[in-house]
Amino acid sequence: MSRTMNLTLNVWRQKDSKDSGEFEKYTEECKDISEHMSFLEMLDVVNERLIEKGKLPIAFDSDCREGICGTCSMVINGRPHGPWKKTTACQLHMREYKDGDVLYIEPWRAKSFPVLQDLMVDREALDSIVQAGGYISTNCGSAPDANSIQIGKEISDAAMDAAACIGCGACVAACPNSSAMLFTAAKLSHMNTLPQGKPEVAKRTIAMVEAMDKAGFGNCSNHLECEAACPKDIKATVIAEMNRGYAKASLLKR
Amino acid sequence: MILDARIPEGPIEKKWENAKFGYKLVNPANKRKFDIIVVGSGLAGGAAAATLAELGYNVACFCYQDSPRRAHSIAAQGGINAAKNYQGDGDSVYRLFYDTVKGGDYRSREANVYRLAQVSRNIIDQATAMGVPFAREYGGTLANRSFGGAQVSRTFYARGQTGQQLLLGAYAGLSRQINSGKVTMFTRHEMLEMVTHEGRAVGIVTRDMVSGKIESHAGHSVLMATGGYGNTFYLSTNAMGCNVTAAYRAYKKGAGFANPCYTQIHPTCIPVSGDYQSKLTLMSESLRNDGRIWVPKNKEDCKKKPEQIAEEDRDYYLERKYPAFGNLVPRDVASRNAKLMCDEGRGVGATGFGVYLDFADAIGRLGKNLVEERYGNLFEMYERITGDDPYTTPMKIYPAVHYTMGGLWVDYNLQSTVDGLFVLGEANFSDHGANRLGASALMQGLADGYFVIPYTLGNYLGSEKPEKLSTDHAVFKDAEKSCKDRIEKLVSIDGKRTVDSFHKELGLIMWEHCGMARNESGLKKALELIPALREEFWKDVKVPGSGANLNQSLEKAGRVADFLEFGEIMCRDALTRDESCGGHFREEHQTEEGEALRVDERFSHAAVWEYKGEGNEPTRHEEPMTFEHVKFSSRSYK
Amino acid sequence: MSWFGNYIKSSIGAKHLMAITGLMLLGFVLAHMLGNLQIFMGQAAINAYAVKLQSLGVLLWIMRGGLVLAVLVHIYSAMRLVSMNSAARPVKYKMAFKDKSSFASRTMKWGGIILILFLIFHLVQLTLGGGPLKANFNLLDEYGRHDVYNMTVLGFQNVAVAASYLVAMLVLCFHLSHGVTSLFQSLGINHPKYNGMIKMAGPSIATLVLIGNCSMPIAVLAGWVKATV
Repeated sequence: MSRTMNLTLNVWRQKDSKDSGEFEKYTEECKDISEHMSFLEMLDVVNERLIEKGKLPIAFDSDCREGICGTCSMVINGRPHGPWKKTTACQLHMREYKDGDVLYIEPWRAKSFPVLQDLMVDREALDSIVQAGGYISTNCGSAPDANSIQIGKEISDAAMDAAACIGCGACVAACPNSSAMLFTAAKLSHMNTLPQGKPEVAKRTIAMVEAMDKAGFGNCSNHLECEAACPKDIKATVIAEMNRGYAKASLLKR
Repeated sequence: MILDARIPEGPIEKKWENAKFGYKLVNPANKRKFDIIVVGSGLAGGAAAATLAELGYNVACFCYQDSPRRAHSIAAQGGINAAKNYQGDGDSVYRLFYDTVKGGDYRSREANVYRLAQVSRNIIDQATAMGVPFAREYGGTLANRSFGGAQVSRTFYARGQTGQQLLLGAYAGLSRQINSGKVTMFTRHEMLEMVTHEGRAVGIVTRDMVSGKIESHAGHSVLMATGGYGNTFYLSTNAMGCNVTAAYRAYKKGAGFANPCYTQIHPTCIPVSGDYQSKLTLMSESLRNDGRIWVPKNKEDCKKKPEQIAEEDRDYYLERKYPAFGNLVPRDVASRNAKLMCDEGRGVGATGFGVYLDFADAIGRLGKNLVEERYGNLFEMYERITGDDPYTTPMKIYPAVHYTMGGLWVDYNLQSTVDGLFVLGEANFSDHGANRLGASALMQGLADGYFVIPYTLGNYLGSEKPEKLSTDHAVFKDAEKSCKDRIEKLVSIDGKRTVDSFHKELGLIMWEHCGMARNESGLKKALELIPALREEFWKDVKVPGSGANLNQSLEKAGRVADFLEFGEIMCRDALTRDESCGGHFREEHQTEEGEALRVDERFSHAAVWEYKGEGNEPTRHEEPMTFEHVKFSSRSYK
Repeated sequence: MSWFGNYIKSSIGAKHLMAITGLMLLGFVLAHMLGNLQIFMGQAAINAYAVKLQSLGVLLWIMRGGLVLAVLVHIYSAMRLVSMNSAARPVKYKMAFKDKSSFASRTMKWGGIILILFLIFHLVQLTLGGGPLKANFNLLDEYGRHDVYNMTVLGFQNVAVAASYLVAMLVLCFHLSHGVTSLFQSLGINHPKYNGMIKMAGPSIATLVLIGNCSMPIAVLAGWVKATV
């Protein structure tokens, strides 16, 4: 038989980016939650009950709900995306919890991620980093045959490991310094590892690091909380690569 | 409504060349004088926006997501087809073309499909150059795998995240153009209205989903790459935000809507677990390469644990019925057979709506390590959602709404029946007929965005020389006003039922009567239920908050209001298509063995619906589909 | 030279300054420890070593200058990074779960502050000859050399001094255990084959320094090393 539970939710409610926000406690709306629900489905149910009572539902971001789009973003009891390793909030399921559990749900917290409403934040700062140079400058139509560039499986796999980043921002949320270095470094590693990306390595590295600094993110203190929170298991070794690459690009490249 | 497909002259392999040569060009210095609006930032929209900006056009690109790189193309797992013949297994442009037309059950346009197969090769080159890390062999060449419905290995992939990687590639190109100032990106903006003037698309009205502001955007042309309408069914593999609003608004402004009833039901999804379910999760079709699908032979065994059911009591029904293709039959066949088994009472799982997908054989044959290498991330995902470990117990799967082959009607140039409105990717109807083959969606989105629209749009701009209107023009002001009025109406009803409750109810009606199998009486019933539900919606929906700021309930309400109208057109189309073909299975038309029976003499056409105003029935038009190269045959996978 | 300015001002540049100055200070800590361990070789050895150090003249001052500079840059970069980091998170979490960060990583700032205070005390006591035990500073050995041996031993016989020293070394140990491994990460020295070793470098070196430096006060307190005056 499937198990149900009653929960207490403390949810961050904030009208808009100017509002200061506070926690609101919900118990009545969090009864009879099935263990088979996903965490976000649990919030859907709570929201339906809130609307029926004439209250405003909890705003939260989600889209694909299969762990790949990177839209969902919430900190559950201090952990971005909740307690499951390598899992986004949308794939966390309620069988993790038991009757009577008390949960605190907060938005990603960083100066660079202003809260839009409740649990929704603006992550344009991450896009500004990619848009500064996270691409290979090649026009459509000019590409050579794909097999004319041979790329060893190891190189290709290493690039893919970094490219798996879904840009959710959990690394920023988890980092005590709100640093976006895991994100930036993953994007850099993806492009810089591949032969196609080599011609622009220095330019790309400098542009993206500068954009990252400009966006107001903190720095890496090697706590590795980002690595623990990353739903795609990106390793902090990419940050070392970026650190090295940035020095090389700044100091040695003509 | 005139449906001129504008198919170029010449033999099929020369048509695209001839067309390109015949197209008017826009001189490089003049390109910057044209403003192009692109709605949607997935593979089709993102690739189009980037490529047009590279050429020199000014592009404004809109998406409802908080970043263009989150469009739902990202969720495609399995791969992308291309006629590269890198494996030397007999693939060719012609074979890909042939397979796609046949797979589409003879309801797609040959010339479009041939072009798709031709440019498929360029897509792989382009994506690779953009840094997409496709899987490689140890020697450094690209790896391929075979995919449902194909007997050659032509599918390129990047682990189980091919869509994500291709989208990141398109997004990288888009980012470069945003950086250079050629693309202005509008995120968290939802298109609410299409604006036309004298039969020409001149712009759109959007709502800034953060500030609530209603804004007009004018351009010389509008491109829509807004994806499919699978969410009409409420439960689908689409993202929560996927909607029909943009396409439906275009339809209401004169764009013909082709084959709305063509819905692809994907065979390998995780079954529904309860009424709170918000979406269905697809498990890549590639699982069918090594997994074996079965149900118990006896109904009594259904509640037993799978390991308690002896080998001789298992019915590997696909292998039994289709010995040539076995578990690799096309999606529609696999889906329908799963439904059949469950309807016979042999379904498994708590709801009885599930079949087993078993990897025990594969693990025995290949070893756990190789299985893990191939499907590890999918198995992990399955375990996270269900709590079951597929290495030790078979997966349970059930079909779910996945892709919609129908869409806005377009000619060979991807132009709709409204001049200057072009439709790309899943949002148009042209390439997949009545059934899409696996790994073809990514191919089509990118083909349209990277390799077709840059030429055909130039032809439109160069030959028609459209004017750009000011957003102060009355057509924009009227459109803005109608958007504002509608929002005002939605928030002022203040009824008792939530938006989701209406959406779920609509979904059930659609699934029941317009889903995997349809019949006349069911469709007629749906055509009574939907208008009644719609009426109730406009009387009793409760949308908390206002339109003046971020309001997720309001966003949903607007979309559901359109689904409630659109669902009716789907049913109407399904009712009039009195045959079984591809994803459209009419129970009245089947062989003695339960296979789909097409009625080519009457239905070898695209049905195109024209809006006739509020309260009037839409008109059905037909574009005949003729097949000069691929000979009609009933699809047989036996 | 704007490129150099940009580099230094960047977040990664600041991390590199931390790492390079940290490396210099680590070198000093190790050399200082090795020098001091000569106390176990007796009064003559360590006093002679002290004379030799003093006789380096200009070189000594260059080294001292370098160290002072390293300390100042290390502190300045740390202050910059800390202020940038705290500005990056204006609103704190109600609950903040720690998954991978360590006590050492989270206390770098406090460890640094304690170490500065200790450094001042240490310099005042043993280099400048101030503080409560300044009498010991003026001792001379039989050859008229500055009697480093007895100064140190008498100093450590004072339980308060020895205890503060032990505490400081423990703080240093934590600081190094995170700092040394981080130094590799910040400078981008990594390789899949050696990453395991790099990860262990911090804790290993830190433990070595802890044992080496604490062996002296413990030996004195235990009476294994005795004063000769």
